[in-house]
Amino acid sequence: MLLDIRTGNLGPLPIIVGLIIVVVLFGFTATNFFTSVNFVNLIQESAGTAMLAYGVVFVLLLGEIDLSIGYVAGIGALIVAELQLPGSGHQLNGILAMLIAVLACAGIGAVQGGIIAFVGVPSFVVTLGGFLIWQGLILNVLEQRGTIIIQDRWINYTDLYIFSHWLGWIIAAIFTALYPISVLYKLIVARGTTIAKQNWYVVGARSLGLAVASFGVVAICNHGKIIKTPEGLPLALLLVIIAFVALTFLAKWTTFGRHVYAVGGNAEAARRAGISVPRIRVLVFALSGAMAGIGGIIFASQVNSVALTFPPGNLLLNAIASAVIGGVSLFGGRGEVRGALLGALLIGTLQNGLNTLNVSNGWIYIVTGGVLLFAVTLDTFARRLQARSGR
Amino acid sequence: MTDTPLLELRNITKAFGSVQALSDVNFEVRPGEVMALVGDNGAGKSTLVKCVAGTHAPDSGQILFEGKEVHIHGPKDAARLGIEVVYQDLALCDNLDVVQNMYLGRELNRAQILSEAPMEQHTHETLKTLAVTTIKSVRQPVATLSGGQRQSVAVARAVMWNSKLVILDEPTAALGVAQTEQVLALVRRLGEQGLGVILISHNLHDVFETADRITVLRLGRDVGIYDRRTTTQQTIVEAITAGVPTKVAGIPANAGAES
Ligand SMILES: Nc1ncnc2c1ncn2[C@@H]1O[C@H](COP(=O)(O)OP(=O)(O)OP(=O)(O)O)[C@@H](O)[C@H]1O
Ligand SMILES: [Mg+2]
Repeated sequence: MLLDIRTGNLGPLPIIVGLIIVVVLFGFTATNFFTSVNFVNLIQESAGTAMLAYGVVFVLLLGEIDLSIGYVAGIGALIVAELQLPGSGHQLNGILAMLIAVLACAGIGAVQGGIIAFVGVPSFVVTLGGFLIWQGLILNVLEQRGTIIIQDRWINYTDLYIFSHWLGWIIAAIFTALYPISVLYKLIVARGTTIAKQNWYVVGARSLGLAVASFGVVAICNHGKIIKTPEGLPLALLLVIIAFVALTFLAKWTTFGRHVYAVGGNAEAARRAGISVPRIRVLVFALSGAMAGIGGIIFASQVNSVALTFPPGNLLLNAIASAVIGGVSLFGGRGEVRGALLGALLIGTLQNGLNTLNVSNGWIYIVTGGVLLFAVTLDTFARRLQARSGR
Repeated sequence: MTDTPLLELRNITKAFGSVQALSDVNFEVRPGEVMALVGDNGAGKSTLVKCVAGTHAPDSGQILFEGKEVHIHGPKDAARLGIEVVYQDLALCDNLDVVQNMYLGRELNRAQILSEAPMEQHTHETLKTLAVTTIKSVRQPVATLSGGQRQSVAVARAVMWNSKLVILDEPTAALGVAQTEQVLALVRRLGEQGLGVILISHNLHDVFETADRITVLRLGRDVGIYDRRTTTQQTIVEAITAGVPTKVAGIPANAGAES
């Protein structure tokens, strides 16, 4: 259901409305906002943030916070850059380098999660420590080494690779088919029971919406060859969507995901139900670290290098804001992965649009902050409706 | 009725630092019996239950389940034996729906992928056999349920696992009259279905409406076991407050239904 006031669950409706308003607004005011090139740009700029925001969703679902992800992303980028370095004596294949970097970031997350789960230090403090430590490490290395250029094509592909037109269409078709297949799967599993009757109008409407969105996105990406670079679906978007599907599956269809919601909703009840709360905490922080690593690689790919300016801008705050604007509660137990995707899209669109309008950075921050405040106010209001019965 | 108690505690002792929460407590429940556990605040009721649930390890003493000595180290151990505890508070996740709470920590899955359909189906059936009819949808978040409905869900969850012993710690403390009746009826039904039930309550009215026998704890000691049909509320109140000499003459420790 899109809108369910009774449970205080506004769903993704407000943010979708917000996105539409923003897009229309910029469409009218900014001359080069509504271009295919800018659309692809926007995706490539927001992809890394979205990856971090996915991890943030799980951390927030536990009612915890991870402040270290911005610099853990930096560590991930630094590791791939170092491992792919030609002539360094330890040059690795880019794919292997990325794998190692993501695993290392997951390890960092797991260690931080372990301190939180087993020692009982609040996540705010542990990850604030991580924030400073990883920042310091990056500073130490890069002040000495200067900018590290990434030449490996696989690493640079993550953000910049563009699919040919027909591959784009095929990918759109595959994603269009995903939702009907999941509905079909549910029907088959529920066969012989009296439940899970589907509302076929909703299923139809959703399938149609998904088809329009998928093919529409590819159509825009494929459209217009303004500069020399060929236009088309960027790999970055495919990665963001694959991560979205995989993590939504993890959150909603697996016992791990169920336990994350349970621990975030009521840790004591989860513990009494036999769920290992520390294990869930460690795994979630490891996931958050891994997603930060992936995001960091994508950001490095965007500029083909890692420099002292990494991570770019307000990465940490943008990632957290994406999840929160997407309706993930800071109090734990409430929110969905799709919220982070929509939130990252909204923030990306806002910042991109204001950029094309040549608005100053100061105003971009102020507007982003305003949207964040508005979203959280709306969320709090929804919670109050929910508190009507019980807590 | 068999003579072997379902659960038997022998000389259980438990101290928290200098606080002697339980000293030499003996206790038993038989299958199909509702055993009330009463006592003043701090008498040690919750502590005793936590020893059985595996939350606390007793300092000394024996726990026998179906006649065999057992060691319970956590909720999983207790669940494996067929012991389920319904806590007065903190038992449910408000953000999850009824089905999700019923299967919390024991979700049906294939290779870690949830099997929602059978869980939903079985939840329906369990609620129906327990005559819990007021819950409209098993897919509504527990936050939207009334206190009595929440308690019903907690009790239903406890009995769904072919459990043999259900422990209820003050299940009606926060409930109104009608909802209390609902839950008490549910408790009686558990006994009728052959389960052993331990009911902790401060409300003697509730106790006399549901229990077969009553164990009184005072300052960490068991001061007596009473048959509900041959005792009065007055006697119980005296046992709780003043305490009667331990193990009163004329009331053998196993005085019960068959005597
Ligand atoms: N975790 C603990 N640490 C220290 N002391 C404890 C702990 N749990 C219980 N106690 C002490 O043990 C004694 C028995 O407490 P318990 O909670 O078992 O009482 P109760 O009979 O359940 O009381 P109530 O009716 O108030 O729930 C009390 O003196 C209490 O302060
Ligand atoms: Mg108690």
